[in-house]
Amino acid sequence: MLKFTIRRIINLIPVLLILTFGVFTLLYLTPGDPALMKLTAQGTAVTDELLELERERMGLNQPFLTRYINWILGILHGNFGNSYADDMPILPKLLDALGYTMVLAIASTVVSVVVAIPLGVLTAIKKDSILDNIVRVFAFIGNAMPNFLISLLLMYLFCIQLRIFPVIAKGSVQGLFLPTLSLAIPMASKFMRQTRADVLSQLDEEYVIGMHARGVKERTILFKNVLHNALGGVITIVSLQIRVLIGGSIVIETIFRWPGIGSLMMDSISARDYPVVQGAVLILATLQVLVNLATDISYCIIDKRIELE
Amino acid sequence: MAESKKIDKSKLSKKQLKKLRLKRKTYILGGIVALLLIASLIAPMLTPWDPYATDPLNMRAAPSAEHIFGTDYLGRDVFSRVLSGARTSIFATLVLVIISFVIGSAIGIICGYYGGFVDNILMRITDILLSLPQLVLAVAVAGMMGGSLTNALIAIGITSWTSYARLARSHTMRIKQLPYIDSVRMTGSGDLNILLRHVFPNLIGSMLVNATLEIGTTMLSIAGLSFLGLGVAPPAAEWGSMVSEGRAYLQLAPWTVFAPAASILVAVMIFNYFGECVCDLANMNEV
Repeated sequence: MLKFTIRRIINLIPVLLILTFGVFTLLYLTPGDPALMKLTAQGTAVTDELLELERERMGLNQPFLTRYINWILGILHGNFGNSYADDMPILPKLLDALGYTMVLAIASTVVSVVVAIPLGVLTAIKKDSILDNIVRVFAFIGNAMPNFLISLLLMYLFCIQLRIFPVIAKGSVQGLFLPTLSLAIPMASKFMRQTRADVLSQLDEEYVIGMHARGVKERTILFKNVLHNALGGVITIVSLQIRVLIGGSIVIETIFRWPGIGSLMMDSISARDYPVVQGAVLILATLQVLVNLATDISYCIIDKRIELE
Repeated sequence: MAESKKIDKSKLSKKQLKKLRLKRKTYILGGIVALLLIASLIAPMLTPWDPYATDPLNMRAAPSAEHIFGTDYLGRDVFSRVLSGARTSIFATLVLVIISFVIGSAIGIICGYYGGFVDNILMRITDILLSLPQLVLAVAVAGMMGGSLTNALIAIGITSWTSYARLARSHTMRIKQLPYIDSVRMTGSGDLNILLRHVFPNLIGSMLVNATLEIGTTMLSIAGLSFLGLGVAPPAAEWGSMVSEGRAYLQLAPWTVFAPAASILVAVMIFNYFGECVCDLANMNEV
């Protein structure tokens, strides 16, 4: 177990290196002179000397690899560089926004797991019942809905027609409700379908018939064996969905003005404040990589055979 | 289909009946998909109003007999805009799926067949790309390159080829060990010949199944980017950007948001359902 974890963590190093290289190259290839962009963003009158001075100060005259290594070393020391817009360090802004994004991500994952997994098990046991068909139709629609449609529908219903919630979330507890729901609906649909399919395929297994024959209680079979075996598939889909969730949070945060990394990223793109975009991508991608690591470890906890492979 | 009707149904096993039903469903859905494609090709010519003509006297008019989906904040007919946006939205999706399919399969087949150093590097890259949040990368790339349809497609394409590459690689590795490949090689066929005539035809089936399953998600990604203002630029009619434009008028003219958004929903639902049926059918054939 420990060995497995350590090996996975060592495997992360090349991933993170290539990731940072990619993110850095992206900014490097972006058209436009960063020094010029920075000076214009700050509203300074641009002269040639000023531009040259700024280039020197930002280290733009150094070769590509030197700049990359300096940037990496900076990040290792917690220095993500400065924003073009206000020349302040980026990291505090990112961490601040990350907190809000995490709250949203955790809330929506918890909501969808709590709703979807029992429903998935229930519909699998009561296959082809009315409940099963209704839930499946809803899950199918939820699966195909663009996330902005869900959030705009919810906004229209709750904020404009019923006037229960504020349109602009601004990070309040009350404002958390709708963004969470918008992210949770498509996720819950996927979890529900996966749980249902996994439980159904487990129920077909011979060991279930064998246990029935031995007179083991239905409930014991379901909770002790079937659910345990179906869990692997469910964890896979949850971890895959975190990828979609992190992407989807950009759209949802923009719509509800939730002050997370997604809206920070969109604001920075429209302000051409690219170092912030760079930092945001790096943080979100690292978050994803850590989620993947956690997934691998949890597989290992559930199914001891994986460790040996 | 014609043959299957002659078969006495009572003689078929439950499984065969199920397969027959699934086959019929898949054909019907395939027909609907074909209709949707043809409709989206000709729809821009059938618009009742000019999708770009503004009408200041008729701004944000509610749906009526004249304007089925109402008009938007510039008085443009929403129904005409939805029709003319269909081609962009649906064909941009198909183009992206086809391009990533071709590039991904080519890379996957070559990696699987030759193996070695290049294979190692490319598979590490797909590992990394597959482990990153796709939309975040796409937003960053499209945002920095500037919003346009081509840039949005490139931004999504950076990650979308990887799943095809992995699938094609694993199939190629399985196929190249089969005895018939050895016998083909004994006849003196070159690698290119083997790959194109003997490996590719044997994996195209499951690759196509995967591609049909991807259409829906790809469409949602493109719509998401357009919605964020990083896809098709506003005056052009495209479903995602129409929603984005109408969003400010959600309270006054909800139809400008919900008509194009519902179109995306319906199109994605059709593609997803078709993909699932094709996938089920393929699984059944394997068993």
